[in-house]
Parts: sequence; structure tokens; C-alpha cells
Amino acid sequence: MSILIDKNTRVMTQGITGKTGQFHTHHSAAYAFGKDAYVAGVTPGKGGQEFEGIPVYDSVAEARSETGANVSVIYVPPPFAAAAIDEAVDAGLDLVICITEGIPVLDMVRVRSRMKQTDTLLIGPNCPGVITPDELKIGIMPGHIHKKGPIGVVSRSGTLTYEAVDQLTQLGLGQSTCVGIGGDPVNGMKHLDVMKQFNDDSETEAVIMVGEIGGSDEEDCALWVRDNMSKPVVGFIAGITAPEGKRMGHAGAIISGGKGTAEEKIRIMEECGITVTRNPAEMGTALKNIL
Amino acid sequence: MKIHEYQAKRILSDYGIPVPAGTPCRSVEECVTAARELGGNRWVVKAQVHAGGRGKAGGVKLASSLDDVKQHAGSIHGMRLVSKQTGPEGRIVRQLLVESGIDIDKEFYLGLLIDRSRQQVALLASTEGGTEIEEVAASTPERIFTVYADAESGFNQDDLTELAARLGFEGDINTAAVSLFNTLLKIFVEKDASLVEINPLVLTKQSALLALDAKLSFDDNALFRHEDIRTLNDPDEQDADEIEATRHDLSYISLDGNIGCMVNGAGLAMATMDIIKLYGSEPANFLDVGGGASTEKVTNAFRLMLKHPNVRAILVNIFGGIMRCDIIAEGLITAAKEIHLDIPLIVRLEGTNAEQGKQLLEESDLSIISAGDMADAARKAVEAAGGAA
Repeated sequence: MSILIDKNTRVMTQGITGKTGQFHTHHSAAYAFGKDAYVAGVTPGKGGQEFEGIPVYDSVAEARSETGANVSVIYVPPPFAAAAIDEAVDAGLDLVICITEGIPVLDMVRVRSRMKQTDTLLIGPNCPGVITPDELKIGIMPGHIHKKGPIGVVSRSGTLTYEAVDQLTQLGLGQSTCVGIGGDPVNGMKHLDVMKQFNDDSETEAVIMVGEIGGSDEEDCALWVRDNMSKPVVGFIAGITAPEGKRMGHAGAIISGGKGTAEEKIRIMEECGITVTRNPAEMGTALKNIL
Repeated sequence: MKIHEYQAKRILSDYGIPVPAGTPCRSVEECVTAARELGGNRWVVKAQVHAGGRGKAGGVKLASSLDDVKQHAGSIHGMRLVSKQTGPEGRIVRQLLVESGIDIDKEFYLGLLIDRSRQQVALLASTEGGTEIEEVAASTPERIFTVYADAESGFNQDDLTELAARLGFEGDINTAAVSLFNTLLKIFVEKDASLVEINPLVLTKQSALLALDAKLSFDDNALFRHEDIRTLNDPDEQDADEIEATRHDLSYISLDGNIGCMVNGAGLAMATMDIIKLYGSEPANFLDVGGGASTEKVTNAFRLMLKHPNVRAILVNIFGGIMRCDIIAEGLITAAKEIHLDIPLIVRLEGTNAEQGKQLLEESDLSIISAGDMADAARKAVEAAGGAA
């Protein structure tokens, strides 16, 4: 088992005729069972073309009915990305993973409001994607640092997630699924939503959650963990040294009005029984120590 | 993106929200002329900088004669305004706003922003106008009332009527307040704002609602569709180095420490700053080089970090995913040579082709200190910069 995606998932790339979409579809299809999983691409007006043997369709609905793809990954530029998510949601896909960075926040407010009436799950935007090691990679993460195993990883960051994964792999601790939920203030699944799935996943034995300053998603997740989680959780929060009022790269990484500080998040996570390390070089060992 | 108060008030006024009569000025003479043309016998002279807390910092003064206007404008124009929001370095006041005085009966707070948990636009209102809303939230949270907007249909009108009543508005004023709330949401949505704040909104002695102060900020990700807003940008209000960084597609924020750091990815960049502190020193900056760290980008990043007078060492932390470490190493070597880097450079490369990258660094004739992992890198950087603070 794993969460969200596995080798039986069938994926379409929205924005497959763009440079980014092609680059990452190529690398993702080359990973593990990717060749079987990537069955379609979508670019309006480019239907009938092919990319490395993958057929391109004009719409998500068409790609779905022709190939049975139930998951999409989006590499569409920011001005059009919200409409791409809407299209995937309207086509009734199970899961949409939006990699695109720089989508206007109010576009995402509208997207999320429309999604309330549907069962489609959204990961991202502004995220590295999701990988179930040795089965399927959907996103921009380097596949080779991952190893199959019992640790769930959920993070708001890209390279910091790779750092956590790499530390785990070096210690011989493989991963069940690694989920990058993205750095935007208004997004799809949050730490809490992913944590619930890890709790229900028979293969996952422990979880590492990586957060950062801004918002209260880590706190919300910590409170749920305290009351419901049956597996150990290790955490790290980036941004102890971040000044207030400055956006630290990610659109959502900002301390405003004294809210969303790393110290506050760490305090609440610790109170909720999560083992928090303040040293980003020790995320892996912190997890190993509690097993 | 932030704009000045006078620009914000112009936008409010364009949407029909009453604001005091006023004129933006760039000199003391302009202020006096503006006051004379506005007429009356009371004026307010206000510093125009992108930061709150101007009143306490001496940037807002009342004048009851043209001589007063001249004197106050003289003291505010060119002053270094230091408030809680500017940081200790403060802001030089280059522009002023001269407005007609208003007879105030009551003051209120109004703010619209995005509630991240609910993923909706929220309207916050309070009877504690003129105070910073964070202070009200901390001391008397029961005095803040909140209403949420539906992404499609906007505010529920009954919610707004009730909110207006809680602020003490009855009859015609209640109707006017509800209309004002709806207009603020319209502005927020149509302009892709990230904050619309009127603090204070005042009820005048003539029983009219008026925006006595206004603060608007906009979503940087949406500026591509708002050329009118982009033209309101005032580069004088931005850190020159941060503007320079944006031009080179780098995400950069200057800090107070002595170790420059260059990292790929925002989360890892923050974590690198944190580990520098954990090992006893302080980061001089946040710098995310992003996904494609070309030689040109690295060179520009080095130049930016070296502008910082306190920098004693540079720590490069790259997790090469799609980006190959050997390519990064070549870029680092070329950049370090080009700018004649003369302070210790500590490099930690991990990920794709990390070994080839490290070998290139070792074979170069530069004295680069290679690090094994993040902890090793931080330890070496702190030592190279002169030890723990």
C-alpha cells in the first residue's frame, strides 16, 4: 500500500506540449512503472499529436474517456493554471497535482470554492508533486534519492523535502509515499489531510512532517495528531530565523501580525506529542531514534 | 506589492468611497500651496512611506495655519521615519500628503484579507479604530467582528447589516456601511488585492462615513493582469538589493548576520539560515537561486551577497535534483573567479552527480571549503566567519 498514487494509477499531463511539461513527463515516465502510467497529455488545440508515444488530447474529459486516466499533473503557466484545475475537476478526476508556481491567490480561492461540491483531491499548487518509490513519480522530484519503505513524508517545500528523503534513505529508511503539498497560502490537501491518509495506510509506520512559517496548517495537523494518530510523527519547521513581514520565497511563507512563527508551531507540535528537531540535518536521525 | 496611502485613497475614491480632500506633494512649498488651495483652516500633513505606525513616529501632524503646514512639512519631508514596521534603519520620507482636517465623531477599523484556513476573503471590523488590529486581537478579541465572502456570490447581505449594527450603525448610516463593505470586496477582487485596510474609518460629526486612512497591497502573482497597479510601484520604498535580485530572478532578503547563504529552494534556504543560527552565528541573507542555477545567476547572487558589509563567509547549499551538481560546481568556480571572491566559500553539494561536483571544486585552484552535509557546512561556515557570536 501507499497513499494517493501507486503503479496502477493512470496519469495525464496537462500542458504536455510545453517545455516544462515535456521535460518532467519524460523523466517521470522513465521512473519505475511510469511508462505504463503516463497514458495521455492535454493541450487545447494540439489534440492528435503525440509526445514520446503518449497521445495528446484537446481536453481533460476526452483524455479521460479515451485512456481511463484518473489523475492529472499540471505544468500549465500561471495565468491559465486555475482554469486547468477547474477542467480536471469538472472531468471528475480523482486527483489533480498542480506543479505550477505563481497562480494568483484569488484564482485559487475560486478553484477551492468550486471544488467543495466535488470529490476530486488537489495537491499543490507550487509543489514538487507526489512519489511512491519504486512505483510511480508524478512531479519534479529526483526519483533516485527515494527508496521504498515504511516512512510517510509530507512537506510544504521542494528541496527541503528532498533533503529529508535523502537523510532517510541514507539511514536505510525507505518511504511509503512522499507528498509535497506546496508553498502557496491557498492550496489543496494540507498536512492534516495527508496525515489522515498516512494513518490509514497499512504500509506507513511513521511520518515525517516538514513545515515552514506562515499560516496555521501545521498547528491544525498537530492537534489532530494528538487526538487521532496511531503512528509516531517527527517534525521540522523552517524559518526560526525569518524576520516578520517578509515573504521568504514561498508566497505562503510569511509571519504577519506575529502569527505563523516557527517557535509557535514548534511549541504546539511538541505539546501534541510530535518529536520536533530544530536541526534540519537531523530530520532522518530524529525519526530513526523514535522507531 | 504595496502602494502609498494617497494612491490607495485614489482607488477608493474611484469606487465612490468618500476620502478627505487631499493633495500628494514632494516639497514643503508644494505642501503650502496644496493647503492654500484646499482652503479651510485645518489640515493634516502625512508622511507617505510604505509602513504603518507613522503617527507615533512623528510622520503625521495637524496644522491650524499655513505657517503650521510649512513647519510640519519641513520637519517631515526628508526625515528618517522609524516605526515598528520599518525596522531600525527606518524610511526616508520623500512624499507627503496634505489633507483637509475632518471633524471626527467615532473611529472604526475595517480590513479585508484572505483567511488561509477557510480559503475565503474575510472582512474584519472593529469599534477600536485607529489602533493596530493585532493589538486589538491580542487584548480585546471580542471587539473584532468577522464576515466571510463566498467566492461567487460575495457577502451575505444580512451578515453585513448585522455587522454594521454591531459597529453601532443605524438607519441610513447602516445602509451606507453595508454598501461600503460590498464596495471594498469589489475592489479586493477586481484589483487582486492581498490587503484592503481602512484604519480608521470615521463617522464624521456631519454623520458621514469616510476613509481617514487607507492601506492597499496587491498579490504579486496577479500583477500580470493589472498594469494600472504596476505603474503605482514606488522603487524608492523597496530595498535596492531586493529590486536588483528580482531583476536577476533571484529571491533575496537582506538580514543582519555575517554569513551569506545561497540555496536552491525557499524551504531549504530557510532551513540553511536556521542551521547557521543553531551553530552559533547569524545569516546575512535569505537567497533562493531557484531551479536553474546558471553561472550568470550564481555570479549575480555572489555579487548581491557581497554588497552586504558584514559578510565574512558564504555558504552554498545545493540539493541537486533535476539540477546536476557538476553543472552547479562549474558555475560556482566560474562565478568565484569572475568576481575575485576573497572571503571563505563553503560549499555543500548533494543529489544528482554530487561526487563529480565535489571533485570539480577540489580540482579547481580556488580555496573552496567542501562540506559533507548541512551540519558540517554550517559548522565550517561559522568557524570561517570568525566563530560563534
